[in-house]
Amino acid sequence: MIHKFTLFGTNIVVDTNSGAVHVFDDVAYDILDYYKEYNKEGIEDKLRGKYSKQQVEEALEEISALEKDGLLYSKDTYDEYALKGHLSAWSKNIKALCLHVSHDCNLRCKYCFASTGNFGGERTVMTPEIGKRSIDFLIKESGNRRNLEIDFFGGEPLLNFSTVVEVVEYAKKRGEEAGKRFKFTITTNALLLNEEIKNYINANMHNVVLSIDGRKETNDRMRYRVDGSGTYEDIMPVIKSVAESRNQDNYYVRGTYTRHNLDFSRDVLHLADEGFKQISVEPVVAAKGTGYDLREEDLDVLYKEYERLAEEYVNRREKGRGFNFFHFMIDLGQGPCLSKRLGGCGSGHEYMAVTPEGDIYPCHQFVGMKEFKMGNVREGFLNREIQELFKRSNVYAKQDCRECWAKFYCSGGCAANAYQFNGDINVPYKIGCALEKKRVECALWIKTRE
Amino acid sequence: MKHIKTINGSTLKDSMKTGGCGECQTSCQSACKTSCTVANQSCQKN
Repeated sequence: MIHKFTLFGTNIVVDTNSGAVHVFDDVAYDILDYYKEYNKEGIEDKLRGKYSKQQVEEALEEISALEKDGLLYSKDTYDEYALKGHLSAWSKNIKALCLHVSHDCNLRCKYCFASTGNFGGERTVMTPEIGKRSIDFLIKESGNRRNLEIDFFGGEPLLNFSTVVEVVEYAKKRGEEAGKRFKFTITTNALLLNEEIKNYINANMHNVVLSIDGRKETNDRMRYRVDGSGTYEDIMPVIKSVAESRNQDNYYVRGTYTRHNLDFSRDVLHLADEGFKQISVEPVVAAKGTGYDLREEDLDVLYKEYERLAEEYVNRREKGRGFNFFHFMIDLGQGPCLSKRLGGCGSGHEYMAVTPEGDIYPCHQFVGMKEFKMGNVREGFLNREIQELFKRSNVYAKQDCRECWAKFYCSGGCAANAYQFNGDINVPYKIGCALEKKRVECALWIKTRE
Repeated sequence: MKHIKTINGSTLKDSMKTGGCGECQTSCQSACKTSCTVANQSCQKN
């Protein structure tokens, strides 16, 4: 399978199964339209008048050589591996937990998938005891995995920072005893982030995700306090201070764009103008009828926005003012291995979420959906049937993904989005797929400019 | 080559031989939380 597209005058050809990426000139690019259907004479005939016979012959030879070397039209030999599910990356070992240390929030963000912080339940916080049992559970279930991850999430985790500290210190101690290396991450709206908390985060957290949507009007329209007041003015200086204190690395400013700011590239560039170097602004996932949900008729506008952003991204990089945009970052040479790309994000089988009560769910987005409750860290029981269901949900288990050129870049997309929109974790969310493919195209074009 | 420039070779196939250790970062923990892009994660072996 190949995918070809032209962006800003550059013809890019992706060979899906080998992972090869090429830049074609116009004659070679046009030949691909006929290459599999016609012989040499037929192709020459089709392109007569547009290119010389010599040009066509030369380009054809090059295409044939790539095909022979397995870099073009390479065969798909992976589905046997995928269906057997026997690669070690798909063992039943768990390597990451998202700890919902607070099902409460000091904001009432309009688009919150957690029903403004409580995930549709009581407003509660996690006790240190439940946090510690989560660490024990992860160590026990991690098998021979050495690198383990804990993300402190909410609601707003700073509403329960004492538990965060207690759990981090416990995990460090237990990790040392068990030969495990913990990496900690925290996701916060930054409202309660003071110097003391910042220093603790910088000393202990591998990554910090700071929520802000971009321009003041964009941010304050969706992200406001209980009394309705916006947060931009208060959080911007705090978030800047955190980014600077981490030398502009190992953090993300993380925003969400909605139908209210389809011109989201301006929000990304606003954050870059404010000096941030690690930026992630992502499409909202919202139900129809909310008014801010993204719709199919918005896609053309959003494609143009990604293109605009990609162009400016390269411009700034070339002028020494570059920044990283999470979805434009693709490591072609040393990225994830095939088994990681087949398996996807790991939700439900190697990554799980734990509620303040200790209940285990496939990921943070499934929290509150009782049919997906997998167990409780106090009992140590885990529903292996649900784990198996997620383990088997790889790109080859999804009909739409099997046929998709981008399957090894996105790895099947978000199971929660698929379930929310289609009632099946193996039927991907269509708008999400469309945007993902556009982002990958932009990211590949950016690679051609390096 | 005159007409084609390859910017990335057969890295995916090659990774079948060495990959699968599972020590890499969980993609959702990095920044996304809603829109997974696995290809921007790095391999722990590199």
